[in-house]
Formats: sequence, structure tokens, C-alpha cells
Amino acid sequence: MSSDRQLFDYLLRLGDSPLVLSQRLGEWVGHGPILEEDIALTNVGLDLLGQARLWYAYAGEVEARFADVERGEDALAFLRDSGEFRNLLLVERPNGNYADTMARQFYFDHWHWLLLAQLAQSRDACIAEIAAKALKEVTYHLERSTDWVIRLGDGTDESHAKMQAAIEELWMYTGEMFDADEPEIALATEGIGCDVRKLAEPWHRAISGVLAEATLVVPTATWMQGTKGRGGKQGVHSEELGRMLATMQTLQRSYPGAQW
Amino acid sequence: MSNEWPLWEIFIRSQHGLAHKHVGSLHAPDAEMAIKNSRDVYTRRNEGVSIWVVKSADITASSPGEKEPMFEPANSKVYRHPTFFPMPDEVKHI
Repeated sequence: MSSDRQLFDYLLRLGDSPLVLSQRLGEWVGHGPILEEDIALTNVGLDLLGQARLWYAYAGEVEARFADVERGEDALAFLRDSGEFRNLLLVERPNGNYADTMARQFYFDHWHWLLLAQLAQSRDACIAEIAAKALKEVTYHLERSTDWVIRLGDGTDESHAKMQAAIEELWMYTGEMFDADEPEIALATEGIGCDVRKLAEPWHRAISGVLAEATLVVPTATWMQGTKGRGGKQGVHSEELGRMLATMQTLQRSYPGAQW
Repeated sequence: MSNEWPLWEIFIRSQHGLAHKHVGSLHAPDAEMAIKNSRDVYTRRNEGVSIWVVKSADITASSPGEKEPMFEPANSKVYRHPTFFPMPDEVKHI
């Protein structure tokens, strides 16, 4: 039987990836390649932010069961340092050019969709409910990023080259998504969490199909970042996350408890 | 300017209305993206249940210069408005 502490940590994993990606997408505001795309990308970011809030609200409740603290969503988002974040390394990668941003989104969305589809069946009613709600949003995210990968891949010579480079550049961050450590496997065995190792095959099949349609080559490199229990999910992050958090957290750090 | 995406006119059917209503325009490379962009630009606050997009270039509009010959003649024909028929009091909702 896994503990509340393990469940809390798992909920942070579920919430931190959407939060960090949402902040990254927010960095595009006012810099999008075209007004319509700027708005669309921000919408995706806002969806992810909303999902993070739901995971944090539940995480805060679970934490209060074993620790003498009451941390709300703001405390969890703005008052933790990078070593306490449990997000995937993929989502903290800097935005790069638009192909880089879309490649990151494409890899993440396909994984996120498969994950949420599993979590929607969780024995934990709260997890199942949040996952079911998020799944609808992610279905659209997935459609959009897939569409862009095909358009840019099967577009001009320049867009094809940039898309192929982005797909390859981020490839080494995909392995972590399917790497499960012991606490995660325990929660999956109990029917509460998802065994992400089982998502590798359907994910690979899905993205290979899209990349083929986009006239892009599926990367074959096998060395992966952040696996074997030493990655973002265990709090081992790249220095880019620290810089991103400094921007994201500065207001709450400078004016503790500030409210809108 | 040929590198620019074409302009699309966006029509949205709201929850309550029966007809699609013009809500504005936006740029998109093709119809499919125009629908997606409309969803993100014009239905963020739950405004719609259906979207139509039409290339702005495909719309033929009346010319403002022809306003007088086009619309003026209708102005002096009040009898075309059905306001001259006395309605019985019992008839409601007309």
C-alpha cells in the first residue's frame, strides 16, 4: 500500500509538467509568428495552467494528511525551488524557434494524451475526474501540434529542415516520459497511477505515423536524458528550469502572499 | 505581400441563435487552419457551437458608391412595411 507521501509526490509530477510547459508557452505571448497563432498557443498554455491548478489543489489536500502544512496551489507553484519540481525535462527545454516549440509540444501532447486516457480510469476518483477533464483539452492540443508538425515538415525546404532539426534535438528528452521508478510502479500496480512504460509503444507508433506523413525521419538515437531514476521526476533538472522559475516566481517571492 | 496568409471571414452560430453571424476576420493558410484559429480567437468564451469560414476574396460586396440607386428607392415606399393592418387584440406574439 503506497503512502500519502508517495501520492503527493506523484500528484506533483502530474501537475509540474503542465505548469512548466504553460510558463514556457506564455513566453511566446507577443512574440508569436502571427497574431492568430499567438492567441492559439496561449490558449493551450492556459489549458495547461488550469490542469496544473487542479493537480495542485488535490496535492495540497493529500499533503495535509501527513504533514502539518496547508499548501495551496500558489505555494506549490511559486514557493518551491527547482530541486523540488517534478516535471519532465522535456517541458523545461527553452522555446527555441517555432519548430522547436512545436516539436516539444508534439512529443508531450502525444504522451500526455495517452497518460490522461489511462488516469481517467484511475481507482482514485479525484485523479480520474481531473484526468477526464484534461483529456478533452489535450485532444485539441494534440490535433494542433500534430497539424503543425505535418505542415512544417511537409512545407518549404527551410521549414522541413528546421522541423527535422527540432525533432532530433529534443529526441533525447523523450525517454524519460516512459521511465518509471519504484513509487510510480507501486501506484500503477494499485490502479491509482499509470505505468508509463506501457505508453512507449503506442506513443512511438503514433508519432512515427505523423512524422512519416510530415516527410520527416524518426530519430533513432538511443541515449536518453533523465532516465534510470535521475531526471526531472526526481528533481534533477537542467539549469534552464532555475532561470525560468526565477521569472515565474519573482512576484510571489518579492511580495509574499500577493493576490490579484 | 504574396507570402502573407489569406484573410478569412468568420461566421459563428451561437448557442441561442439559429443563423451563423459574422463575427470578424483572421489570417490562416487554409480553411482547416482558419477553423482552428477561429476556435481560438472567437469562441474562447463559449460563444459558439458551429463555425463557418469563407475566404474574404470570395465575397462579392455591393459597392458603397452605389448606395443611392441600390437602397434609396426603398426609403419612400412605406407601404411595404406591414404596419397598416389593424391587428385584433386577441392575437398575441406578432
